[in-house]
Formats: sequence, structure tokens, C-alpha cells
Amino acid sequence: MSPPVTVAAELNRALVEAMEADVRVHLLGEDICDPYGGAFKVTRGLSTRFGPGRVHGTPVSEAAMLGVAAGMAMRGLRPVVELMFGDFLTLAMDQLVNHIANWRYLACDGLLVPMVVRAPMGGGRGYGPTHSQSLESRFMGVPGLEVLAASRHGDPAGLLREAISSDGAVLFVESKREYPRRVVAEDTAEGGFAVRRGEGPGGTVLLAPPGGGAEVTVVCYGGMAEECLAAARVLLERHAVAAEVLVYARLHPFDPAAALERVAEHGRIVVAEEGIRPFGWGSEVAACLSERAFDVLEAPVGRVGSRCEPIGAAARLEGGVLPAAADIVAAVLETRR
Amino acid sequence: MARGLGIMARNVRRDSSTGSARGGADSGRLGSGPEPGVAAAVASPPSLEVLYRRMVLIRVFEESLHELFAAGKTTGTIHTCIGQEANAVGVTAALCPDDLVVSNHRGHGHYLGKTGDVDGLMAEIMGRATGVCAGRAGSQHVCSVSGGFFANGVLGGTVPTAAGMALAEKVHASGRVVVVFIGDGALGTGVCYETFNLASLWGLPLLIVIEANGWAQSTPTRQGLAGGIPERARAFGIDAVDLEVPGVESVRELAAVAVERVRSTLRPSCLVLHAYRLGPHSKGEPEQGEEELARHRAKDPLLLDRDRLSDALVGRIDEECRERIALAIRRAEQAGPA
Repeated sequence: MSPPVTVAAELNRALVEAMEADVRVHLLGEDICDPYGGAFKVTRGLSTRFGPGRVHGTPVSEAAMLGVAAGMAMRGLRPVVELMFGDFLTLAMDQLVNHIANWRYLACDGLLVPMVVRAPMGGGRGYGPTHSQSLESRFMGVPGLEVLAASRHGDPAGLLREAISSDGAVLFVESKREYPRRVVAEDTAEGGFAVRRGEGPGGTVLLAPPGGGAEVTVVCYGGMAEECLAAARVLLERHAVAAEVLVYARLHPFDPAAALERVAEHGRIVVAEEGIRPFGWGSEVAACLSERAFDVLEAPVGRVGSRCEPIGAAARLEGGVLPAAADIVAAVLETRR
Repeated sequence: MARGLGIMARNVRRDSSTGSARGGADSGRLGSGPEPGVAAAVASPPSLEVLYRRMVLIRVFEESLHELFAAGKTTGTIHTCIGQEANAVGVTAALCPDDLVVSNHRGHGHYLGKTGDVDGLMAEIMGRATGVCAGRAGSQHVCSVSGGFFANGVLGGTVPTAAGMALAEKVHASGRVVVVFIGDGALGTGVCYETFNLASLWGLPLLIVIEANGWAQSTPTRQGLAGGIPERARAFGIDAVDLEVPGVESVRELAAVAVERVRSTLRPSCLVLHAYRLGPHSKGEPEQGEEELARHRAKDPLLLDRDRLSDALVGRIDEECRERIALAIRRAEQAGPA
């Protein structure tokens, strides 16, 4: 049996393949060069393989890094920027929101801005309030900026390749907790859940309970799929509730079709994300479902997310803020009251 | 070349602390003969008449904007470069057609100098479908791939974009130079210095033109800026020349040397151009006060250059530019709304 392939290794493979296939692909980031190979080792080996002409280790200058990438993209290259921590997006928010997201719109004669910003997000590692957040929802709803999220239940490598070959600017969300985890390549996930993949790497993935007959759908993305699957197993084993998990890869723009299809089946749905619950991705999903599926909803759309509080470093403090499987179980049961 | 150096020698600012000319670490090299590429660029520089005509065109264009704004015929805001036209015309005249310009909120002169597209810019600011960006950009976000021109109204944030373009051109070995225009007000933003560092570290073909116009909106430079301006570039190992703008030819000559040095060495360079902003930050009354304005009006580079041309020629240029701008306004008015 071949060794398990981790999410970090898959992302690394995607970068290698993209750089092999297209000389326009360049990497930028802090400490991405060998021997260090990036804070989470996703870029390991790349500077050795492709040299300093393609892999640009940068000083601690997030705003300049993203602006430089935009300029490169506007002149025919396809830069991929690694942020060491997704939290540092705030340092480059002007570049993303006021510059990068607008350039393509402003020029009427075919200006492309093909760039990817990779952002490791999420907690669970005790890094404290400034290195544990899931800030991606703050960058959704920005016209001109696409937000994608990798998940080990989807195709992280394929999704990254797709992002790199896109002609627009993409914020690519990665889960820090998922880097060392195994990518699910089989048709069955833990607990006997069937893996039903949508079209292409950007399609949704449905984790259906063994035996089928789902009574409720939990919609999520990225690393939260892990918690959702754990919750679905608990629901099945302890509460005799068949819950399925619908994992999105394209967060913004949001296409509710897959979620609408599921809610039409049984009328019960919960949205779970690691980011802050108020004004989150789930808020938009819930609003879309309320608008489009009000007649079939059997219960209000449940929402699970982080509490709107800083994420403390100690395990107990962190656990008190971040959502866990138990929160998802409770939200699912709430839809059945 | 020799004449340009003469002008430089007269106008390069002197360092108050050392008394030495602040021509930058490389200023001595300017006298050691043209570097590769320089000769070609200065072989047939545009005449004073040509440069003056471009400046007048920009002046009339922007004076018309104030009238159009008052008449409710422009959309959004405008920021004019009245008094600073020599910067825009002098620098863009030193560029090759394929070179790229990244501009800021005060960019009408930069755009007209780079592209000459009077109709496209007028229609853009008047919110017409025929505008260079079909009305998307207004005055301060004009972008055109074919024009090699990219502007954004958020100060300082354009500097890394320009550096990234310069990196791409270096990768492509295109020989293009990227010029980024910023004002002294943008020097308050940290991203400028992040980029100065990167541009020097990576050896990017980037010319940073800092237009020190005395005012950041309603704040005099002396209230918002500590220390010196060229020193900020030099701290990162970037050559910087500091010039009190006396007229358009001196700017063009200095820029030609800087541009060709950037092109041949693939190193960033910095020009600090002191030309005073004679208009308001945006619309309405100037913030500077009448006494200060009057003092600077006497040093208006446009007037200084005018004195070097015949009255008949000056009159003719003035009339032709007015007719051209009036035509652009008529064309914009005839076009459909964006």
C-alpha cells in the first residue's frame, strides 16, 4: 500500500506541475525557499528545482508582495503568493480590495490579473489570536476577487492548478490543520461515508451516510469538513440521525445550486464554518437558502461558526471559541425539534 | 547632454547639512559620458516647441475640467496638475513608446503625456461611453493596456504594482522601463518603503518619480514629512536626484539620463521633482492661500518656457490647444453616456 498523501504534499505537487507546465508561473513569499521550504513546507524543494528566477523569497512585506504579484500578473506572468499566515492578509488588504480586485475591471482592453494568494487559515494549533483566525469571509463579497478553499475531501491539487490557470485574482484558502492530513482519494471516507464528487476540482463533494437516506445536510468548506464528518458519525451512531456533509470549494462567488438540490430533498440544513459566525460565509449561504428554498425548509437554517471573541492560545481558551463537532451535532438536532 | 548637465548643475538642490550637491551617489557618473542607450534616446529630443505645446494642452485641458465641473458636466472628482505639467511632459518625453507608466490620482498630465489621447480622457472624465475606460475609471483610475498606462487613486499602493511590472519586464527581457509617479503625500504610506527595498534588492527597472508639489491635499509638506525626500530612496541604495523644476527641458534631460540608466543597469532610480501645485487639491478654492500662490505663480514652469518662444508661436499654440480641447469636449458631449 502506498504511503498516505498529505494535503501539503498535494499542494506542493500542484505547484511543481504548474511551474513545469508554464514558465509564467512564479512563486513569492516569506521563507518559502529551501532549506526552510515555507512555514508549512508547502513550497519545499521548489526554489532548488526552479531557482531564484522563478521562486522569489521576499522580506516581511505583505503589502508589497501582493502588489508586486499584481504587477507581474498584469504583465503576463502568473504569480502565486504564499502568505505565511492567513491572518497577515490584513497587511495587504488595500492591495487586494482597492488594487488587485479592480485592475481588470478598469481597463477595457483586455487586462488580466491572473494571480493566486495562498492563505493558511484556522486555529487548533495554539498560536493565539493573531495566528489562528479564519479571515476569508472578510474577503468575500469583494467584486473581482474569487475565494476558493481546499479540503482533503476534495482535490486540493486540482483546485490549486485550476486557480493558477484562472485569468483572475484568487484568494486560495488552506487549512493549517489539514496540511498533515491524508487526502481522501477513495470513494469511501471514514465511517463508511460515500464520497460523491461534483464536476471538476471546484465542484462540491457530498459525503453521504452509509445506507443513504440523509435527513439533514451540513454545508461547509475547508478544514471544517473534518468536524462535520465527525459530527455526522456521532449523529448516526448516537442519535440515529442520518446527516450528510456537502463540502464547497468555491466560496465566492457562491453558487447555491448544490445546497438547494440537497435542501429540496429533506428541508433541513446547517452551515458550518471555522470563521466568525456573525457576518460569515454561512450568513450568505443561509440568506440564499431562505430566499430560494423558503417553501421547502422544514426548519430555520442552522449556523455554526466561531464565537465573536479573540482566539486564546491555551487549548481550553481556543476550544471555547472555535466550533467543534459537538456544536454541529447540536445545530443538526436543533433543526429536528 | 552637456546642456542638460548644465541645467542640472544650476538646479540640483544643495544639501543644507553638507553643502554638497545632492545629485545622488551617481551624479558624478553623469559627466563621464553617455551610458548605453542614452545616446539613442537623446539623439533627437523633442523641441521646446513640442514640449511646450504638450504642457499647454494639459493646462488647457485641466482648466476646462474646472469649468466643466462647475457646469456639472464631469462625474466624480478631479485632481489637476496645474503648475506641474513640466514633470509629466518632461518625464514621458524621455520614454520609449513601449515603456510603462503607473500613475496616481493626479494623473491627467501623465496620461496625456504618455498617450496624447485627449478625446479618450475627456470623455472618461465626463462619464461618456467613449471614455478610455468607458466611464469605469473617471479621473483617477485610468487604465489602458494599449496605452501602457495604469492609475489608481489610492496613494502609495501603486508603487508595488509598478515594481511587479518591472519584475515581469525584466523576466521577459523586454528592455522596458516602468515609471511610477507618486506625490510627496504618498511618502506617508509604508508600502512605498517596502517596495523601495524590494526594487533595490531585486534590481528592478523602475523609475520612481516623486512629485514634491508642496502640499498633500490641505496639509503643507512641512507639516507631514520629516527629514528629506531623496534620502528615503537612497536609504535603500537607490540613486536619487533632486530637482527644482525650472522648465520642461531640464526635466526631460534629467529623466532621459535616469530612464536610460534604469534600462541599461536594470536598477531602480528616483527623481524628485519640485514643481509647485498651483491649483486646489481637487475642486473649489486652492488651500495654499493667495500670498503663497502668487509667489509661486511667478515661477510657473509654463511661463518660464513661454518666455523662450516667440509671442506669435505662443499665441498659435495657445489657440490650437484651446480648439483641440473644445473639440474633445464637443465629441464627448455627442457620445452616449457610459
